[in-house]
Formats: sequence, C-alpha cells, structure tokens
Amino acid sequence: MPQISQLLEVYGSQFFWLLLVIGIIYFGIAKNMVPKISKTVDDRQKRITDDLAAAQVARDRADKIEEDYRVTINDARADAVGKVASAKAEAAKKNDAAVKRADTAIGKKADEADAALKAATATALTEIEAVAAEAAKDIVATVSGAKVTAAAAKKAVKAAF
Amino acid sequence: MATEGKIDPMHQFEVQPIIEGFELFGQQINFTNSALWMLIVLGLIYVFMIGGMKRELVPGRWQIMVEGVVGFVDNIIATSIGPAGKKYTPWVFTLFMFILFANLLGMMPLGIIPGIHPFTVTSQFTITGLLAAISFSIVLIVGFYKHKLKFFSLFIPHGTPLPMIPLIFMVELLSFLVRPFSLALRLFVAMIAGHILIKVFANFVIQSIDAGGASLFVALLSIIFIAFVSALELLVCAIQAYVFALLTSLYINDAENLH
Repeated sequence: MPQISQLLEVYGSQFFWLLLVIGIIYFGIAKNMVPKISKTVDDRQKRITDDLAAAQVARDRADKIEEDYRVTINDARADAVGKVASAKAEAAKKNDAAVKRADTAIGKKADEADAALKAATATALTEIEAVAAEAAKDIVATVSGAKVTAAAAKKAVKAAF
Repeated sequence: MATEGKIDPMHQFEVQPIIEGFELFGQQINFTNSALWMLIVLGLIYVFMIGGMKRELVPGRWQIMVEGVVGFVDNIIATSIGPAGKKYTPWVFTLFMFILFANLLGMMPLGIIPGIHPFTVTSQFTITGLLAAISFSIVLIVGFYKHKLKFFSLFIPHGTPLPMIPLIFMVELLSFLVRPFSLALRLFVAMIAGHILIKVFANFVIQSIDAGGASLFVALLSIIFIAFVSALELLVCAIQAYVFALLTSLYINDAENLH
C-alpha cells in the first residue's frame, strides 16, 4: 500500500500542499465568498417576504375600497328609492287634490244647472196655468155662453192639474 | 503504467514528485501529483463558486446550485450545532467542498486520456488524517476554552449511577479519542476500496480480452460490474463528504453546547 510505504517520505509535502489548498479555500472562498452568497439568499428571502407583506397590505386596501364603494352605492340606492317614493306620494297627493277640486266645481255646476232647470220648470208651469185658465174661460164662454170669472177659471184649472 | 499486462491496482495511489521542491523542517516538499490534483480541486471549487457570485435576484441554474450547496452546509450547521455554530460554517464548508470535489474528481474517467493519471487526493490518509486532526483540534480547543475542565463532564452522560462513573468515563473517553481516527479512516477506506475494486475489475477485463474465447463473457460481465460500482462510488463520494462534514459539526456541537 503506497500510503503506508511512502508515508515517511511524502507526509511533509502532503501536509504542506493540503494546508495551502485548505487555507485558500477557507480564507478565500469559505470566509469571503460564502457569506456573500448567504447574504444574497437572505436578501432574496427578505425581499420575497416584504413583497408578500406589501401585496397583503395592498389587497387589504383594495378590499376596504371595495367595501366603501359598496356602502356608498347602497346608500345612494336607498336614497334614490326614498326620493322616488316621496315624489310619487307628492304627485299622488297633488293629483287627488286636483281631482277633488274639479269634482266640487263640477258638482256646483251641476247643482246650478239643476236649480235653473227647476226654476224654468216652475215658471213654465205657471205660464201654462195662466194660458190654460184663459183658454178654459174662452172655451166656457164660447160653448155655454156663461161668463166665468178669471178667478173661477184659474181655480178650476188648478183643480184639473 | 501497465507494464506487460501486469496491472498494479495500488499504483494509482502512489505519490510521485513532478517538480523538485525545497526542504522544510527536514522534509522534502516536492510538487507532487497529489499537490497537482489538490490544486485542480481548488480551481474547480473556485470556478464553481464564482459561477454563483452573480448575486442576481432571480438566480440562474448555476447560482441555484451554488446557493443550494451553501444552504446545505448552513443547514447541517444549523441542525447539529444551532445558532452558535455560525462561526464554524467556513470550516465545515471547506471540508465538505474539498472532500466532495476531490472524491468526484477522482471518479472522473480522466484516465482514458493518454498521459493523464487521475489521483484521488482523499484516498491518502495523510490528507484525511490531517483534515480529521484539524476538526478534532477545533473540538478540543473550543471545548477546553469554553468549558475549561468542565469539558470532561462530556464523558459522563446524564443519570450515570455513581459507582459506574469511572468505568463509563473511561469508555466515553476512549470513544472520544477514537473519533479523529474513525473520521479519517472512514473516508480514506471508502475511497481506496472503490478505486481498488474498479481497478481490479478493469484488470479482469484486459486479461479476459487477452485470453479471448469464452472469457470474453467475463470481460463483458466485468464491464457491467464496473459501471454499477462506478455509479455506487459516485453516491459514496457525496455521502462520505456529507458524513465527514456532519460528524465534524456533531463533534463541534459537543464542545460548543456541552450537554
């Protein structure tokens, strides 16, 4: 086994070169480059965590904005519905009042017309009575020759009516 | 390499000097093939890591791979040591990456390119031993620095009956002291075994083809076997790197958070 047979003649150079190489790896690479690589990894991890946190915050804000918007929209809608209802009620009230006013006006006119009609009927009746009494007196005078007084004729006509 | 059909499956583990070096503390420090492959491992790790340094917010495939590996090591530390383990991340990362890349590079079929002899750095127990020794030293230093002599209470589990304490203490101490060896040998043995197995069966293939005739069937069988063992070895490469890093962080956890 060369490792044993050569041991005494090569261990010095083996140790020397190994220590040299190990030293360079230790101080040049492990102490110098590795921390930078670790830092890169840590920085990336930190950045990912930060970005995720920022995204969460932005998302929460978006949710809040949406919520606000929804509340505003609902308020506005409720407001609009209320306004429409009140406008409707107002219009109905106005309508009713107008109808009532027209109704009373029409009733008054009808009453007046009724009264005028009654008056006209009464006038006509009295005139017809007078004419009938006159005619009855004339007819009696012509037929029987008897003289009837206007009052008696009127009385008789009234009785006949 | 293979001289006259004789293939030595151990040859691949030989450390050979490429450039004569200098002397340090009475030891000849040559630039060896082992050193070369360690530097290639270093280069590959650097290239791999630099691909993940674009630091884009939306990572590409390469960046995801690099970030995945870094996250994987961070995760080992976080689950076995906890928040106090952050300061050990560089060492565990170094261990994991070096072992993983060395293991995988050793498994690459680079030997088919003439002149290139792949060398698996982690199949040398000088290498795995030093890695384990460094890990164990961290455990000892941290343990005794943080807890002083109280660190010895690590060897007495909670609820041990009083008369049993000396015995349990010895057993626990022994198992503690074996840790660096088990750590080093586990990786070393896993790597060397797979490589020897593949080389031995590759040997079978060549010898069967040389023999010709019915033994071609053996060659075919051996190739299929090599394919499966290679797949298994790729898994072992990753698992061993993971185990080494995980055990190191568990041992450090003992020192960091005593009981």
